[in-house]
Amino acid sequence: MQPVLKLDSVTHYFGGLKAVSNFNLDLPEGVLWGLIGPNGAGKTTIFNLITGVYIPTQGKIYFLSEDITRYKPHTVVSRGIARTFQNLRIFPTLTALDNIRIAGHFRMKYGILGATIRSKDFYTSEKELTEKAMHLLELFKLHDRAYSPAKSLPYGELRRLEIARALATDPKLLLLDEPAAGMNPKEVENLMEMILWIRDHFKLTVYLIEHHMKVVMGICERIKVMDFGETIAEGNSSDIQNDPKVIEAYLGRQKNHAKG
Amino acid sequence: MSGIFNFQQVINSIQLGSIYALIAIGYTLVYGIVKLVNFAHGDFYMLGAYVAYFTAMFEISRKDQPNVIIILLISMSTGALVAFLSNRIAYRPLRYKPRLSALITAIGVSLFLEYTSSAMPFIGPSFRPFPDVIQTKQFHIGGAVLTNYQIINVAIAVTLMVVLTYIIKYTRVGMAMRASSQDKDALKLMGVNLEKIIDFTFIIGGSLAGAAGLLAGITYPRINPYMGIIPGLKAFIAAVLGGIGNVTGAMLGAFIIGFAETFGYAINSVIGEGIAYAILIIVLIFLPQGLLGKKTGEKV
Amino acid sequence: MKITKLFTNNRKLVLFSVIFYVVVDVLHLTGVLNDYWIQITNVALINIILAVSLNLINGFAGQFSIGHMGFAAVGAYTAGTLTTIIWKLGVANSITKYLLFAVALILAGVAAAIVGYLIGLPTLRLRGDYLAIVTLAFGEIIRVIINATGYVGGPRGLLGIPKLSNFTIIFFVTLLSVIIMRNIVFSTIGRALKSIREDEVASELVGVDITRYKVLAFTIGSFFAGIAGALLCHLLQIAHPTQFGFIGSINVLVMVYIGGAGSISGSIVAAVGLTFLSEFLRLGIDNLNKIAPFPVGPEWRMVVYAVLLVAVMLYRTAGIMGGREFGILVPEEEGKNATGSQA
Repeated sequence: MQPVLKLDSVTHYFGGLKAVSNFNLDLPEGVLWGLIGPNGAGKTTIFNLITGVYIPTQGKIYFLSEDITRYKPHTVVSRGIARTFQNLRIFPTLTALDNIRIAGHFRMKYGILGATIRSKDFYTSEKELTEKAMHLLELFKLHDRAYSPAKSLPYGELRRLEIARALATDPKLLLLDEPAAGMNPKEVENLMEMILWIRDHFKLTVYLIEHHMKVVMGICERIKVMDFGETIAEGNSSDIQNDPKVIEAYLGRQKNHAKG
Repeated sequence: MSGIFNFQQVINSIQLGSIYALIAIGYTLVYGIVKLVNFAHGDFYMLGAYVAYFTAMFEISRKDQPNVIIILLISMSTGALVAFLSNRIAYRPLRYKPRLSALITAIGVSLFLEYTSSAMPFIGPSFRPFPDVIQTKQFHIGGAVLTNYQIINVAIAVTLMVVLTYIIKYTRVGMAMRASSQDKDALKLMGVNLEKIIDFTFIIGGSLAGAAGLLAGITYPRINPYMGIIPGLKAFIAAVLGGIGNVTGAMLGAFIIGFAETFGYAINSVIGEGIAYAILIIVLIFLPQGLLGKKTGEKV
Repeated sequence: MKITKLFTNNRKLVLFSVIFYVVVDVLHLTGVLNDYWIQITNVALINIILAVSLNLINGFAGQFSIGHMGFAAVGAYTAGTLTTIIWKLGVANSITKYLLFAVALILAGVAAAIVGYLIGLPTLRLRGDYLAIVTLAFGEIIRVIINATGYVGGPRGLLGIPKLSNFTIIFFVTLLSVIIMRNIVFSTIGRALKSIREDEVASELVGVDITRYKVLAFTIGSFFAGIAGALLCHLLQIAHPTQFGFIGSINVLVMVYIGGAGSISGSIVAAVGLTFLSEFLRLGIDNLNKIAPFPVGPEWRMVVYAVLLVAVMLYRTAGIMGGREFGILVPEEEGKNATGSQA
């Protein structure tokens, strides 16, 4: 079967520094796979490369067979890739509703003239957008917050809002960057359920970066491990847990930390 | 020698460049640490010029021979004091607010200094002739004329730049300044008080701008309360050209702008007035990090 | 374009405006308001266009332009040159002169918009303070060019512009401009601009072409600045380089930030308030001069502006309105989303 997302020997340098080295990925449709690795291993860089924030020094990226290597972020999004961020990036003074509505921006059927003269397309398009956004807010139990500025929401709700916002772009592939960051064990439990539910409800492919071992081991069907920009292991959770290189990358690093 | 590109122009360029350099250093130092374009910086220069003017007039009124060194020290102290106060009163409370707030405040401080000066009956809005602090002497070198004012101007500027370079490179506080423009957290861990370093940076920058005010007063002997706006802008362009945050870059940029303007004016006044802005736009489009600056990327 | 619809879709706003218009006219006819105060009102209205259009760039899109009067200068000189030439031909009669003015206003907007587009394009990669300096430098370049162009009067200014602006024209052009900008703000375009202001990276990654929208903000903002410039020079019958210099731009900037970045209502309140305050200060200083033992300079007016600006930034960073809007300016379909919420 044709992969949804394909990374073909992607390498990326920052200045002279190699951040990602020869990264390959064939992500089949409908899966929930994960990418783990110690801090600074290059995980977020992979997401930035996929979404067009960076352009890889070498290699190609394909989404549904289309070469998206040099696409700008907004074009990548319009093709069907959405993402969340490691450090929440919501629009703080916009309302929760507007945070979601903005994600429907590139599908709006009116332009500047339509907005100015309040054309028929403007009203139908806005109504449709608002209804859809309200529905998403409801699904994520945020409808009470629709008219509150996002910055007034508690952390857990912001995490949900960010995911809802990503889904509002109608993605086929969802990239989650450390969704469990800053959550307590109970919240992590809920999050794991939610990710599985999202995948099934929205019929998505999900690719997940996580620092939190429990999340990755618990829900990801297949896991890749990175260290210093290199892929050091790949397999299901039990393969990964027993891989000496993985143990070295995590525990070795911890030992150094203890010393330093 | 004749024509546009002659030795006289070189002398004038160096002299103009040295004034820009003294102002540009303050911009670059402050920007390096607090990431603020201090719009009021040109006004520290203006105040330096006025204090020099009043000191000189006072000494002349007592029939004394004005002492350039004393005037210089008074100008520098004034620049330093006003810079320090602006930071404490207007910029420091906004340190952790959005950067634009501080920028707008800086515009406010600038307007305040310009118009308050202008509203003072003893300063007033119109131009004043700067008095002769010493007897003018001319030296003829080839076809060019060099005045003792130009020599004093460049000598003072170069001395101050050498002293500044020494402070930044070799003293404890200078090292802390450099460190804080790179990594504020590390500085805190080392137990250095960041706000003290920022105060010190403003003081240094303000005193150099004050000195530049005196130098401008003696070489272009007409001063008014708005005299800081355009040189301030040009000096900022010099700082951007050299790579903002980089002191050597600011000096380099200032001399480049000095040369470009002097030779531009020799062609015609539109080129002379406009060339610095053209340089700014070209630099920001093609070399936004400046000649000696480092490239930076945003973290996502 | 169905301009009538713009008025019928905004009944409350239009009703309020028409009442205001009629009241001012009646007060003028009965002599309660003399020509002097009508002139100040005209200037206040033009300042509304300037402040709201700058707010679109600075407050909504989060860019930082401080050379707004440069765009107004482009509009003023474009329209002023055109009408002055045609006026001298003596072909305009009492009806065609308004047609001429309408064409001149639109051309002024278009010319300023083209310049705004050209400025916006290369400066997109710059953020905040750098952008500020470039727009400031741009304003200076415009001034240098005008000073060097003898054809438009150089440093003396463009003189003899026909007086085509009057209260009625200025009032309705201002109303239409505000409604158009309001409609843009309350649409997906406005949301895109605000998202850029809040977080550029996130904005791009939810599908907003940030380059396009930043340029758009500059283009629309300068379009209306150009119209304002044209209105102004046909009111004062002169276009002068100093009118459009740094201090002029700062005046508009002060209105935007005192009123509140990201609030159309704030810009309107501040534009009107500061225009009149400025006049009262001028009168106050004149009167003070009669009794004070030493001369009180007109510069004190700008000192008050400066202190206000710094004080607002220190104690109320979000400005008078703090990002909120008057209900009358909020389109019905926005409902609770706009009135109950914005920070």
